[in-house]
Amino acid sequence: MALLLKSARCIDPLVGLDTICDISVRDGRIAEVGQDLSIPKGLTIDLTGKVLVPGLVDMHVHLRDPGQEYKEDIRTGAAAAARGGFTAILAMPNTDPVIDCGSVVRYVLERAAKVSRTRIYTAGALTAGLQGHDLAEIGDMVEAGVVAFSDDGRGVQDAGVMRRAMDYVKCFDKRVLSHCQDESLVGNGVVNEGRASTLLGLAGWPALGEEAQIARDIALSKLTGCPLHIQHLTTAEGADLVRKAKAEGLPVSCEVTPHHLFMNEDHLDATYNTSLKMNPPLRTKADNKALIEALLDGTIDTIATDHAPHAAHEKSLEFELAPYGTIGLETALSLILTNLVAPGIISWNRLIELMAHAPRRILGLELVSLKAHSVADLTIIDPEMTWTVEEHDFVSRSANSAFIGSVLKGRVTDVYVGGYASLENGELVD
Amino acid sequence: MGTLATEHLLNIEDLDVAGINAVLDTARSFKEVNERAIKKLPTLRGRTIINLFLEPSTRTRTSFEIAAKRLSADAINMSPSASSTVKGESLVDTAKTLDAMDCDLLVIRHRYAGAPYIMSQNMRAHIINAGDGKHQHPTQALLDLFTIRERFGGFSGLKVGIVGDIAHSRVFGSLAPALRLLGADVTAIAPATLLPACPELLGANHCHKLDEILGELDVVYLLRIQKERIEQSPFPSLREYARLYGIDRGRLERMKRDAILMHPGPVNRGVELTSEAADTAANLLLYQVNAGVAIRMALMYLLLGGDRDGSLA
Repeated sequence: MALLLKSARCIDPLVGLDTICDISVRDGRIAEVGQDLSIPKGLTIDLTGKVLVPGLVDMHVHLRDPGQEYKEDIRTGAAAAARGGFTAILAMPNTDPVIDCGSVVRYVLERAAKVSRTRIYTAGALTAGLQGHDLAEIGDMVEAGVVAFSDDGRGVQDAGVMRRAMDYVKCFDKRVLSHCQDESLVGNGVVNEGRASTLLGLAGWPALGEEAQIARDIALSKLTGCPLHIQHLTTAEGADLVRKAKAEGLPVSCEVTPHHLFMNEDHLDATYNTSLKMNPPLRTKADNKALIEALLDGTIDTIATDHAPHAAHEKSLEFELAPYGTIGLETALSLILTNLVAPGIISWNRLIELMAHAPRRILGLELVSLKAHSVADLTIIDPEMTWTVEEHDFVSRSANSAFIGSVLKGRVTDVYVGGYASLENGELVD
Repeated sequence: MGTLATEHLLNIEDLDVAGINAVLDTARSFKEVNERAIKKLPTLRGRTIINLFLEPSTRTRTSFEIAAKRLSADAINMSPSASSTVKGESLVDTAKTLDAMDCDLLVIRHRYAGAPYIMSQNMRAHIINAGDGKHQHPTQALLDLFTIRERFGGFSGLKVGIVGDIAHSRVFGSLAPALRLLGADVTAIAPATLLPACPELLGANHCHKLDEILGELDVVYLLRIQKERIEQSPFPSLREYARLYGIDRGRLERMKRDAILMHPGPVNRGVELTSEAADTAANLLLYQVNAGVAIRMALMYLLLGGDRDGSLA
């Protein structure tokens, strides 16, 4: 099937492109990029006023499938991804059963092939059952198609176990994605140790509980040579540790979530909004600032959402009892456009690097670029569209967003995966 | 229609200085009523007050129950074993169920912070927070303020030391900001392992050595060491805690002549206070308990629509 996308502003720093032009697509790949293109037959779409970029990737998503389909499943999660402008996502393995062997991996990938236009990759567990003791069947999962390994949701407590896991994963040329949380320091912490824990009478989750494991895992990466990716970085000090590791030339990358960039513990008040309960917790205003600086200087490689759906009945509990997490797929790009691109803090080029190129590099996936022969995974954005985040307006099965009520500028209108639309004029394509 | 600026008492910050004074003044009138042979007033006849205590409590629940009955309200007590929460009902559903029974005022004690706010969002009744997790216990703060005001006539310039498990204390969470608002100087005195991350946000200075500051204090307020809540031993032993932070004969003698000892009860004899010190302080500790009934009567009366000037017509 042939497709001609006309007159969008096409931006891709990988090929130094930022101009209004046409892109033709044939057999799932870009055929030509240029002015005044035409195709003999097929579909022509006028994208005047829109911005067209390489398809975005979110490398931190909880699809909850298998086992917790009442929160989200592969079909609804993939739809939420398409609505948010993502052409590919990486599913985390803390499902039920845990994705810790080849058969569960095959379930996820086969199911995705049936119900999802969005490309779905999956991470496998580092340790069996996420228990933090014995290695999961890492080789078996690589054969089944896993692209990275993580015990996300928990830190690996035992340094010896983490060392063995990294030594082993390295043999398969894969990366370890690390959720850094030292349980002996964090305990039952539910909000940042500081202002929020003091004023709300809640157990504190100290920054050091995260930073201590970041430091440990960087040291283990140095020892083992295993590529390491720090998940959902939240603090100035954590960013500094990654900055130093990169300066040393270590194979270390990291991600930050929109909620840790744009929200902090001051947003928590005596209304105990459980949509603001996440792990790691919202930190301080100073951390927001330091994370944005780390985005600018290249310390932070990518923006990932940690999309963590939970059912309404689970979140409408006492704060200490509610589960951790906020959804993020449908709001991430608009938040970055509104808060970072529109005010000129980062460029479109940097946004594309952060949300399209970097995650593919980190995961060892084929890059997508606006040039002939590249896979036609494309995200098209109306940069002027203003919209309000509303609870009833998610295609995710859950609505636990930290950003309900936010007025955002810039929204995805169309998404193409391998030349086929997963989103058209803001509407999902089945 | 209430006569306080607030519909509910969820946090001590719901009351400004005028509000606190209205509660204390009204409580003083009720305290006089409580000293009569016939203690019952018809004020809240026909009103329904539910005491929902989702965490074990005898003293506070009894105090609220007596307060409601003295005002002729119909008081119903609900405790964990009697409530649906043991059957897995969510707090929101509990609130909606109680709301459907048309109660006028709900008193709630819960082990989780923010529970009173959840009730206020799902019920038409006025809500009084009788202690939520490690967050707030505003009626305890008010009865403490009442006791201090009766002793010193006011708060301005008073030096108050609050000693003990500050980090896990909802009493501190309510009392310290109120004392600061009223012009007192508050110091949290505890080892670092028992202090919250930022005590200054609750209006308090802090220090680790009781003996360095004891001689300057007008009020020495001892928090109960809640052995059942302490996790990962924040101090080596109760014996060591008592040596460093307990009030014994020697420390009693080093206190200012007119300084007072307070404690929210129940006292762990031999921990916060030696038996001797507890007996010395007993009158005031019982005064706090006595004032508690009057304070809770005052709140029920003011929230449910008494006269603004506090007269008991």
